[in-house]
Amino acid sequence: MKFTEDQIYRYARHIILPEVGGKGQKKLLAARVLLLGAGGLGSPIAYYLAAAGIGNIGIIDFDVVDRSNLQRQILHTTQDVGRLKVDSAKDKLTLLNPDVKVTTYNARLDASNVMEIFKDWDIVVDGCDNFPTRYLVNDACVFLGKTNVHGSIFRFEGQITVFKTPEGPCYRCMYPEPPPPGMVPSCQEAGVLGVLPGVVGNLQAVEVVKQVIGIGEPLVGKLALYDALKVELRKLRVRKDPKCPVCGPNPTVTKLIDYEVFCGITPSHHHG
Amino acid sequence: MAVTVRVPTPLQKITGGKGEVSATGANIKEIFADMEKNFPGLRERIYNEDGELRRFINIYVNEEDIRFLESEESAVKDGDVISIIPAIAGGSR
Repeated sequence: MKFTEDQIYRYARHIILPEVGGKGQKKLLAARVLLLGAGGLGSPIAYYLAAAGIGNIGIIDFDVVDRSNLQRQILHTTQDVGRLKVDSAKDKLTLLNPDVKVTTYNARLDASNVMEIFKDWDIVVDGCDNFPTRYLVNDACVFLGKTNVHGSIFRFEGQITVFKTPEGPCYRCMYPEPPPPGMVPSCQEAGVLGVLPGVVGNLQAVEVVKQVIGIGEPLVGKLALYDALKVELRKLRVRKDPKCPVCGPNPTVTKLIDYEVFCGITPSHHHG
Repeated sequence: MAVTVRVPTPLQKITGGKGEVSATGANIKEIFADMEKNFPGLRERIYNEDGELRRFINIYVNEEDIRFLESEESAVKDGDVISIIPAIAGGSR
């Protein structure tokens, strides 16, 4: 592909970086990245990936914009309250960068649609807000061979890592079982510092760009922990679990399961 | 052995808001027993009813997950940093 004059000007700051160059920018423009959630984490991720020139961005979110979102979900404005988040997101990203083709899915991700939706994307960016979906996303990514850039937040702390199998661990290697429902409060229950997903989401966006261009040390097999109050970014090692039921050498989970049951949200006796 | 234990936000109610506490012991089991003396209720958050470490909470000695060391028998030495890392998911549900 040849750059247009506008693109050479728009992406000049990337192109003159030796580690990126025109070659890297072309990779960004050809990339296919799917964002799960257009909320706290999804907002900065969407904006910065669009700015970087990621050519194909998918966004899945079934929710509508609520006023309480605006403390941190910067993709949306007061005028968007009541609108579908995916519509609001698409408008802003297209305004920022018309090179980006935005595909929206106004849907709740579940076992019936995840494989079909994921198959057309290369990198999945997990900014989900609940455990069943995190496990669903993990398993689908392992089965389909998709890179999963994971971020999660709680009050003043965040966790970021890249799940890339088979070479690296998956979410289940890290957390083989979810917490029982109600044990880990959500942002709605516990609160969250609005600026926090801005940092954590951007750390995810950086990992996406690194994956696409192929530079730097990825957070594969490493968990980055960000503590906003102490201003600390630590890295811990995440190892592949040789007994992992999904990504291990002897997998026992080879297709999607009922994740609400797995997370204890629906009692298993309801599912015959 | 005197170590530092990094306590994550969800457990700081038990440590009186402290994100970092000191503890002594030769291995992880002893460290948590020592911590339980000063911060009762911590054990219950980290261990399930069968006395096993909960699998949605990871324990690290420096950068290594104890599941890949010797689990509760993992030895600790002076100056080690123990981190308690629970699964978090943010959000509104």
